[in-house]
Amino acid sequence: MTIKSLGNPFDGDQTLIHSKQCGCPECKAPGTNAASMERKATAVANTAAEDSVASRGDSEEILDRAIESAVVRSVFGHNDHNRRSFMKMMGAGSAAALLGSVFPMEKAKAAVKESMGKLEKTKLNIGFVPITCATPIIMASPLGFYEKYGLDVTVTKTAGWAVARDKSLAGEYDASHMLTPMPLAMSMGAGSTPEPYIMPAVENINGQAIVLHVDHKDKRDPKEWKGFKFGVPFEYSMHNFLLRYYLAENGIDPDKDVQIRVVPPPEMVANLRAGNLDGYLSPDPFNQRAVWEKVGFIHMLTKEIWEGHPCCAFACSQKFATQNPNTYGALLRSILDATQYSNNHDNRKEISAAIAPTNYLNQPVAVIEQVLTGRYADGLGEIKNVPDRIDFDPFPWHSMGVWILTQMKRWGYIEGDVDYKAIAEQVYLAGETGKMMADMGMDVPDTTYKKHVIMGKTFDADKAEEYTRSFAIGRV
Amino acid sequence: MASLNVRAALLSISFLILALGLWEMSTQPPEAQENLTEYEMLMGGVEQESRVPPPSAVIKLAWAELSDPFYDAGANDKGIGIQLAYSVYRVLAGYVAAMAIALPLGFLIGMSPLMYKALNPYIQVLRPISPLAWMPLALFIIQDSNASAIFVIFICSIWPMLLNTAFGVANVRQDWINVARTHELGHIRTALTVILPAAAPTILTGMRISIGIAWLVIVAAEMLVGGTGIGYYVWNEWNNLDLTAVIFSILMIGVVGMILDMALAKAQKLVEYTE
Repeated sequence: MTIKSLGNPFDGDQTLIHSKQCGCPECKAPGTNAASMERKATAVANTAAEDSVASRGDSEEILDRAIESAVVRSVFGHNDHNRRSFMKMMGAGSAAALLGSVFPMEKAKAAVKESMGKLEKTKLNIGFVPITCATPIIMASPLGFYEKYGLDVTVTKTAGWAVARDKSLAGEYDASHMLTPMPLAMSMGAGSTPEPYIMPAVENINGQAIVLHVDHKDKRDPKEWKGFKFGVPFEYSMHNFLLRYYLAENGIDPDKDVQIRVVPPPEMVANLRAGNLDGYLSPDPFNQRAVWEKVGFIHMLTKEIWEGHPCCAFACSQKFATQNPNTYGALLRSILDATQYSNNHDNRKEISAAIAPTNYLNQPVAVIEQVLTGRYADGLGEIKNVPDRIDFDPFPWHSMGVWILTQMKRWGYIEGDVDYKAIAEQVYLAGETGKMMADMGMDVPDTTYKKHVIMGKTFDADKAEEYTRSFAIGRV
Repeated sequence: MASLNVRAALLSISFLILALGLWEMSTQPPEAQENLTEYEMLMGGVEQESRVPPPSAVIKLAWAELSDPFYDAGANDKGIGIQLAYSVYRVLAGYVAAMAIALPLGFLIGMSPLMYKALNPYIQVLRPISPLAWMPLALFIIQDSNASAIFVIFICSIWPMLLNTAFGVANVRQDWINVARTHELGHIRTALTVILPAAAPTILTGMRISIGIAWLVIVAAEMLVGGTGIGYYVWNEWNNLDLTAVIFSILMIGVVGMILDMALAKAQKLVEYTE
């Protein structure tokens, strides 16, 4: 892979510019063009870190080249034509010497490296549960996003959320794919030993669905669901809270009228087929897989309950982030970069093929593609076209954290007075992540709280306690 | 006699062929249709029910897996040989640790009625606990999933060995011990030269039971902690609802379990004696 901006700046025959006709892989991928140009304009350090390391060997060398390049380019006022004709006239060696005599190139290189900081740890172990929500975390491995930032990451498949939590608490995973409520619960010690966890980034928004057994094709009204057995992947999950919310809004008490069981995502389809479950609200690909196996149909996508709801997250312990600030920074950058890449619909087919093999999701590509592209069979005989069936947006809204806490309190997972905002702000690092996203040239909202509309009811984080008590069905 | 063996062998082979043939015939997929509509393609074909794979598919997969058993395509995708090696390693590690504790302790309990009475209540309470019930506790205390799996093997294989050793030691014929006493042998020498050979068959029986249990438990333990091992392999293929691979791995688990059991049976033969 050749990265033009890292071409030899002293070479008069080479262009350093990604032009409209540019054929380098980064520019070929449509849609990323504007973003990558914008990124190039940011700090030198970022440029160096972002461009691929793959074929260029040592990352130090790349950094040196990036700094040389930036200096040379700025000398010529970023006019590549001037630079090339000057280099041709002077010859690379004398040009370098000339520039070196007026500009302390070596010192500049040292200074930049100092400010970036050395990575405390480059070999990392990151856990994931094999579902499409983890797409950015997973695909960052085969598509080289971790490598780009100088990290050697092993992504390890985990059997379920409880194991992911225990392995994270035990320090076997440096960071892990989690559900957005998990770091909140872990920090508060709900359902585990208290350990301060931080959640710098959300992975996906939307992307879940309610699936029912094919026998219930005629029971599309939730009021007919009394006595049903439902599966959710974990107690502290958006799936549990969204399913409870949806049922309660339809007058079904989730604790009394139906049974909600915790079933690890991979076991959902098998349980549905065996008749152990009447339906479930679970992550994909297991919704689409149920359709593919002809045992279930998609009743509704969760985006119809709450458009843009968060689901899974990227989280690590506070300890890891404090002890390895530079590694943490590089890791977060690669995750943000990968999340943004995943959000681009043009990349979805490529990503589907990259994450389907045994090493990652271990699913048929056709199933993953239906999830990621949003053109899918619903199991009722129709083809639906919902491009935003799943999207990826890393910004961890504090208001989302507060909503999750209100539901934890509503259903009795936490008791007593809850300082909603303080906990959400401690765990969801919206400020820090926002700064980094801005550095990387992404759009960042200027507030960390917003109003959410869930099934027509508006949620305002300023009136959290009032909201918690406003429901007809609840345990408070 | 020879002809009886030959006839028995022929009969069991024809049973096998008959069973596989019936299985194969009953699980033939319908003819693949051409010109599927887009909806049918998205549904993965028109076939109404997904079915149990035919034996030919299992054999084909087995051939593919066994002809390249040691490939390594990333942290979560390794060959069947590597997976089995991980499982056997965990079983042996836990098993040897259990042996190191169960045998001396068994001698102690068997030789001293006082210790037997003192320790028996604990053994009786701990023994019936399902090994997997220890898993959450082990993960929390040991803080390492691999070591936790080994611990679970340790805790499940210790009881049969301990109890059989104690039983074997306690039931050595009193005459022999009296003979040792008249020769003025010390406790340690009596234990090693008289009691150990006498109790060895019973001890080996306990060890054989233990290895069987350990192999049963490792599959379940690895399904839980994941990462590597034959249990993880089964889980990962179940995740993909790939019954062909699940059937194949069941067969492999059976074969390896049989080999482990046969090794212990051989050892048992070596220490047998007739009075």
